[in-house]
Amino acid sequence: MAKTMLGVEVLTGGEATAHAMRQIRPDVVPVYPITPQTPIIQTFSRFVADGKVDTVLLQVESEHSAMSAAVGAALAGGRTMTATASQGLALMVEIIYIAAGLRAPIVMAVGNRALSAPINIHGDHSDGMLARDSGAVQIFAENAQEAYDLMVMAPRVAEHPAVLLPVLVGQDGFSVTHSAENVALLRDEEVQDFVGPYEIPYPLLGERPSSQGLFAMPDAYYEIKVRQVQALEAAEQVFADVARAYALRFGRHLGAIDAYRMEDAERAIVLIGSTAGTAKDVVDELRERGEKVGLVVLRLFRPFPHKVLADALGGVQRVAVLDRAAAPGTFPPLFADIRAGYSGSAELRSYVYGLGGRDTAPQDIEKVFAELERPAHGGIRYLGLTGEDQHGES
Amino acid sequence: MASLKQLALREEERPRFTGGHSLCAGCGIPTIVRTVLDSIPGPVVAVNATGCLEVATTRFPFTAWGVPWLHVAFENAAAVASGVEAAYRSMVNRGKLSGERVTIVVFAGDGGTYDIGLQALSGALERGHRFLYVCYDNEAYMNTGIQRSGATPFAASTTTSPVGSVGRGKAETRKDLTAIVVAHHIPYAAQASTSHWQDLSVKVERAVAQEGPSFLNVLSTCPPGWGHEARDGARLARLAVESRYWPLFEVVEGHYRLTHYPAHPTALVEWLEMQKRFAHLRGIESVDLESMIEREIMSQWQELERRTQESRSWFEERESESA
Repeated sequence: MAKTMLGVEVLTGGEATAHAMRQIRPDVVPVYPITPQTPIIQTFSRFVADGKVDTVLLQVESEHSAMSAAVGAALAGGRTMTATASQGLALMVEIIYIAAGLRAPIVMAVGNRALSAPINIHGDHSDGMLARDSGAVQIFAENAQEAYDLMVMAPRVAEHPAVLLPVLVGQDGFSVTHSAENVALLRDEEVQDFVGPYEIPYPLLGERPSSQGLFAMPDAYYEIKVRQVQALEAAEQVFADVARAYALRFGRHLGAIDAYRMEDAERAIVLIGSTAGTAKDVVDELRERGEKVGLVVLRLFRPFPHKVLADALGGVQRVAVLDRAAAPGTFPPLFADIRAGYSGSAELRSYVYGLGGRDTAPQDIEKVFAELERPAHGGIRYLGLTGEDQHGES
Repeated sequence: MASLKQLALREEERPRFTGGHSLCAGCGIPTIVRTVLDSIPGPVVAVNATGCLEVATTRFPFTAWGVPWLHVAFENAAAVASGVEAAYRSMVNRGKLSGERVTIVVFAGDGGTYDIGLQALSGALERGHRFLYVCYDNEAYMNTGIQRSGATPFAASTTTSPVGSVGRGKAETRKDLTAIVVAHHIPYAAQASTSHWQDLSVKVERAVAQEGPSFLNVLSTCPPGWGHEARDGARLARLAVESRYWPLFEVVEGHYRLTHYPAHPTALVEWLEMQKRFAHLRGIESVDLESMIEREIMSQWQELERRTQESRSWFEERESESA
């Protein structure tokens, strides 16, 4: 396996993602700049300018047009990728829904960032949650290495004949997009070989004329939608298969979840994204003190891997679900999903953290584990608030 | 230049847009679509904005389209076409396609072009994709039930600019979209009308021969929206041109040329009085409104004449070079 590695380079998540795109060599990349996605597209534009990749790069006039052009290119018959964040993702959402409905397998890199107002360029998952019910597959990376690996895996998930849906690969704004770390890149030809050729059933530039994007009345819409829902459900097994194939070939296994020291855990945290790094350190420390704590990092958010997660939570008594997004007026998205699909015996508690890039320190994670030893608080707790707001809970 | 017989023959050999759709009798859209598609040599991919054309021709599981056709949304047809064109270019570069010239043509209404789709259109024109954008301009949001758009003429009554005890129809003049398109310095832009099908067909041929973007603004009659009899559609389209309400012209690399001079211009009132949307102009107070419309179209015509005059030598030089 080591022989397939090009070696380790110090790269930001954004740069690593751009390398994955260069190696995948999409036919078309329509894109619009937005922080903190910009390092992805700047690095990729540099690769194009230096002749390192021959993708047609479309510098469009908005994210709405980026996603629209992506649908046109993907259905025309070209492998298509784009990248965005925050307000840009918000602007794309209308067309992400349509891309899923038209079964356009577009791979999208997302530098997850807070939504306005107030305007804020830092990381949280509020933008990704806008696409939650779009019908797209949504995956989140913990760090730059995962951002790279998941991008290489994404086309095979998106383009699988049973799926044919957009795939969003998220990485936390700044803490992953802009943070340099060691990333092991694969060889270009290994990536090409793993990804394979782009094939869709009815390319507009193919031999058979087809009409796509028809108007469906109540007699047909429902069936079409349910088939689309089933395609997203099928993506769970496809993702597992692609993850296994990737692991067999390259030695890194990125399944739907990363269960960290969960074997005999009694208390656990479930979260998404880069805060997993901090949480793993805290788990290690508490384990050294003999506390039975563990962590589940969710990578595959849509389709939601209910069974895999329930299995991982098997013997746990109390679980804190940490959401880096709010759902004003109800419980936050990750918590709501877990509660909806979980029939185990563990008690679930809801926390919100890190909105707008607020740092989550090891002490915050320790506090959550400590609170899990005490009786349930009910409602939603807000981690890391300052001043008078710090006791905020609902 | 294709004759009517040739266009009919092409349609018979390779039907690109068939009957059985549910567009209204007297609607200008199907005539525009057939004339445009039959005038394009070689393969075509059509991109359609949401609107009457899309709704009436593709009710699942049926389609009126014999060419590859894609509809994504209302405001983004030019961006979608950009993507198709980019994929074509990339796939030809990489040897995945033969390189046979494929024409990408957009059909969108005035709402999807003048208003909600303007940004996507502007971006696509600026980027210089090789595609033909056809705006079928029926001067309001007809698909949603006749609401005023940026293309609706001054004083026209619509469901959102109705005539009432205070309202006198649309209070604003229409946007000069063709001029906005020309300001992008694209190789070819033109205005056409279904009444002058050969003029339209020639303009399509010129447009698709360009290496960059081209644009056609084609007036389309609308019986329910304009309030005219279905049988009067062709006559109304002609009167729009002959009254100089809708001048036929082309702009080649920024040089203007009127392509039709009405030999005996008809009075504007003849065109206005056939449409219920202008019925209130017959009222006593409305004389002023009518003359305002007349002033607007005459100043537009004079401007086009002036520009045509300015460009005359440019066209003459070009034609003598190619001779």
